[in-house]
Amino acid sequence: MITQTDVKMLEETAHLAQVRGRSLWEDARVRFFRNKAAVAGLFVLIAICAFALFGGLFAKFEPDYVDFSLMGANAYQGVPSLSSGHYFGTDIDGRDLFARTVQGTSISLLVGIVGSLVAVVVGTLYGATAGYVGGRTDGIMMRIVDILMSIPFMFVLILMLVIFGRSILMLFIGIGLISWLNMARIARGQTLTIKNKEFVEAAIATGVSPFTIILRHIIPNLLGIVIVYATLLVPEMIIFESFISYLGLGVQEPNTSLGALINAGASQMTNGTLWMLFYPLGFFLITLFAFFFVGDGLRDALDPKDR
Amino acid sequence: MSEPILSVRDLSVTFDVRPQNAWPWTPSLKLQAVSGLSIDLQPGETLGLVGESGSGKSTLARAIIGTVPVSGGDILYKGQSLMAMGRQERRKHRRDVQMVFQDPLASLNPRMTVGDIIAEPLVTHEPDTPRKDVKSRVGELMERVGLLPNLINRYPHEFSGGQCQRIGIARALILKPKLMICDEPVSALDVSVQAQVVNLLTELQKDMGLSMIFIAHDLSVVKHISDRIVVMYLGRPMEIGPSKAVCRAPTHPYTQALIASVPIPDPKAERARVRPILEGDLPSPLAPPSGCVFRTRCPKVQAVCAGDRPVMDTSGPDQMAACPFHD
Repeated sequence: MITQTDVKMLEETAHLAQVRGRSLWEDARVRFFRNKAAVAGLFVLIAICAFALFGGLFAKFEPDYVDFSLMGANAYQGVPSLSSGHYFGTDIDGRDLFARTVQGTSISLLVGIVGSLVAVVVGTLYGATAGYVGGRTDGIMMRIVDILMSIPFMFVLILMLVIFGRSILMLFIGIGLISWLNMARIARGQTLTIKNKEFVEAAIATGVSPFTIILRHIIPNLLGIVIVYATLLVPEMIIFESFISYLGLGVQEPNTSLGALINAGASQMTNGTLWMLFYPLGFFLITLFAFFFVGDGLRDALDPKDR
Repeated sequence: MSEPILSVRDLSVTFDVRPQNAWPWTPSLKLQAVSGLSIDLQPGETLGLVGESGSGKSTLARAIIGTVPVSGGDILYKGQSLMAMGRQERRKHRRDVQMVFQDPLASLNPRMTVGDIIAEPLVTHEPDTPRKDVKSRVGELMERVGLLPNLINRYPHEFSGGQCQRIGIARALILKPKLMICDEPVSALDVSVQAQVVNLLTELQKDMGLSMIFIAHDLSVVKHISDRIVVMYLGRPMEIGPSKAVCRAPTHPYTQALIASVPIPDPKAERARVRPILEGDLPSPLAPPSGCVFRTRCPKVQAVCAGDRPVMDTSGPDQMAACPFHD
């Protein structure tokens, strides 16, 4: 007779035949999802991304539609209200602040993500190559990074924006230029420790080509730290862009970013229209906090020794 | 005797060491890791390499697989000089000579599955092998080294030290090499697991007709597995001879001290034994003693030892010792 326990055991052994290993990535994912603050941050982040992508569908007005009837009557007619359709009120020019915040959030997120993507791709490959090759190549490559880092980039970026015109493309180029420098240093440092491990030596001894070693053995092992740093780099880039926009050099009208919106709101602070400041500022802060929480959670998950 | 599969001719390996806080133009110090070492390895033979830490055993192994540069002498693989090899021949050499590493876990990439790790040499040297063949060959080999083939998708951290070492051995064997170098393959393992791994190695060697260089600092393990033994001290060979002869009747004073230090697993016999204990530590390889490097600790030291470097002298049948006062 086949009993209940036998059936259970059979099922278990059948499962054993195709046993799948738990990679370090899966372990890290389990640890990440056990961290409540990080998971909350992740949900907030998803909500904000959804807001940036689909919020425009709920707006009653286009972001660049100027409601001339509100001119000069902002303080009492442009108040946030559900009935007027201006959920977040209007800005100084009578444009719908909800639509503007959606636009600003998406541009800020885009800047942050593009900046950190450039950092991940360029910085990691550059740093890993420098660290792996070593010797004089390493020296030259890292001195280039040092030199680029020593240039005050805010100044260069402002010059670039003045000379080549203020456009979003220019802003992306400027942010892309600086964001990878720190990443390259981190990746190189990690590579130096990884390349002395025996599994790299084993690969060399087998005759695996250096490029394959970097891609197959070095980068997967430093990716943990790179991901953490990239997550923490996104808010940094958002702050950077906001600062440029706050100076009036970043994103240009009719486009907008959170920094530009905060700037516009701050200039109206004394006129009793505080919503112009607080809505974009709220989104800005929530986004940053969410990124930091997720970044912290990732760090704890990917590097359990450093807790 | 047939042509040796590997012969090392007067090999020396020197590392540059930067003195601390030195100016950029101060010359580097020279660290002599291996110096003036010559050995021949016959096909199918197992050569044991013993010596304390820092005696250059691992450096010798790395020079043979070509991951450290050779600064003097020559290594001939099947009569061909390693230095003079072109890219193609070098690839062939890399394929034929495989290595098993000391730290079982550190020698496996933690982000790759066991199947990928074992298959790596195969995929590197025969990139056109269909995926199915790769998988079946990995499975066969896993069975051969005593691992369940259904563990193919597992990751190294899910295995014990002994199992990791079996994975390392499987990786070394997948290309059916001619020469396998084992760099202290069992020193990180438990004694019971050591025995299993050593037996696995001897069995595999017999089946596949491998030549093997087996490095260890544990004489009892080396004695068990090797045909001949080379005793090294500070990068230089002290004694070379058949394994039984070297262990039973060592002729070089250093080998004698080494044999005497092997513990006997019987407390009474152990306590009753009189043994010459070596004084002092290993001298710095940055500034080795002149003449015979062992003279600073040798019980038989004499004035001439500081002079010329002692040559290898026949001290028994097939046995040679680098000491003019050998027994």
